[in-house]
Amino acid sequence: MTTPRLTFSDIAEGDLLPPLSHDVTATTVVLGALASRDDRPMHHDRDFAQIRNGVRDIFLNTPNQAAWFERYLTDWTGPFGRLGRVTFRMLGSVFPGDTMKLTGSVTDVSVDDEGCAWVKVTVELHVEDQLKTRAVASIAVPASPTDNPWKRRGDRWRP
Amino acid sequence: MNPTEPGQPDQEHPVTGAELPADVTALIGVRQYDEEAEFPCERGYIWTTCASVENGNPLFWDDDVAEEITGGPIAPPTMLSVWLRPHHWAPGRQAGTALPLRVHFDLKARLELPEAIMTDDVLVFHEPVRPGDRLKCCQILRSVSEEKTTKLGTGRFWVIDVEYRNQRDELVGVDTLTGLGYRRPNQ
Repeated sequence: MTTPRLTFSDIAEGDLLPPLSHDVTATTVVLGALASRDDRPMHHDRDFAQIRNGVRDIFLNTPNQAAWFERYLTDWTGPFGRLGRVTFRMLGSVFPGDTMKLTGSVTDVSVDDEGCAWVKVTVELHVEDQLKTRAVASIAVPASPTDNPWKRRGDRWRP
Repeated sequence: MNPTEPGQPDQEHPVTGAELPADVTALIGVRQYDEEAEFPCERGYIWTTCASVENGNPLFWDDDVAEEITGGPIAPPTMLSVWLRPHHWAPGRQAGTALPLRVHFDLKARLELPEAIMTDDVLVFHEPVRPGDRLKCCQILRSVSEEKTTKLGTGRFWVIDVEYRNQRDELVGVDTLTGLGYRRPNQ
């Protein structure tokens, strides 16, 4: 039987998530675009990215950045963590040759009327000292060792 | 908001005039482009996506864990848009006619804004998507801004909701996208 890695009582406002670093290559960008069925040329064609978009190279697409954020959050919560909502703001592009660093901090913890335990996390993606993307995620975690957010349906799930 | 960020309004030149055409205003709040997925949710794409970001969550790799926690395999929630993206090519289809997020491309064309980027994205997840599910979606234009000048050029911001449901008509998610359509200073 799988036991939750984190439950609500383990988490407090101000907690920091372990950072994640990844060296971005052209393969990272192209594989991410392929995985998200995104065939727009700025994600695989450097000439197009430079000439049409005026940027230095191909760059990570939004759906793949979302996948990176999801992975980062559930690496921390384990499989019982259930994403409810993610808000992104893209401030700059991530290119091959960049080392992206994801950091996260817990900004709020709460339990809703249905007893669902919510953790709000701000996640930032930096390349060197530049903030490239900021995300705010609400992720449900087990309210107790026997709770499972994935069992919530209909009105009991209020993301 | 930092006015020096690309794609954000330049506070020195925030609004440049040009009223929104009435036919565009009339589309705000209107449900458009009901579409069904061209293929069911399948595990190959789930694994390709997990591999692309090195996501080792056992929900996607270990069927026993998935059965115990989620009642069977599911797709990563953030893959929502993947299942409705049209094939790059299909027999009998005219090239360039199958575009994802068509409201966005309609606005670019109607407002004569040749370039566009996405600046904000809000994803809300409801019922999990499972292999075999065949999703459908619709698009709703929520707002279009006044014409503004940003570091990228002059254009408008717009907000589009994409609502996703499964074959049982259960809501699986809503993707709210903010786009900036613009023309560069030399265009």
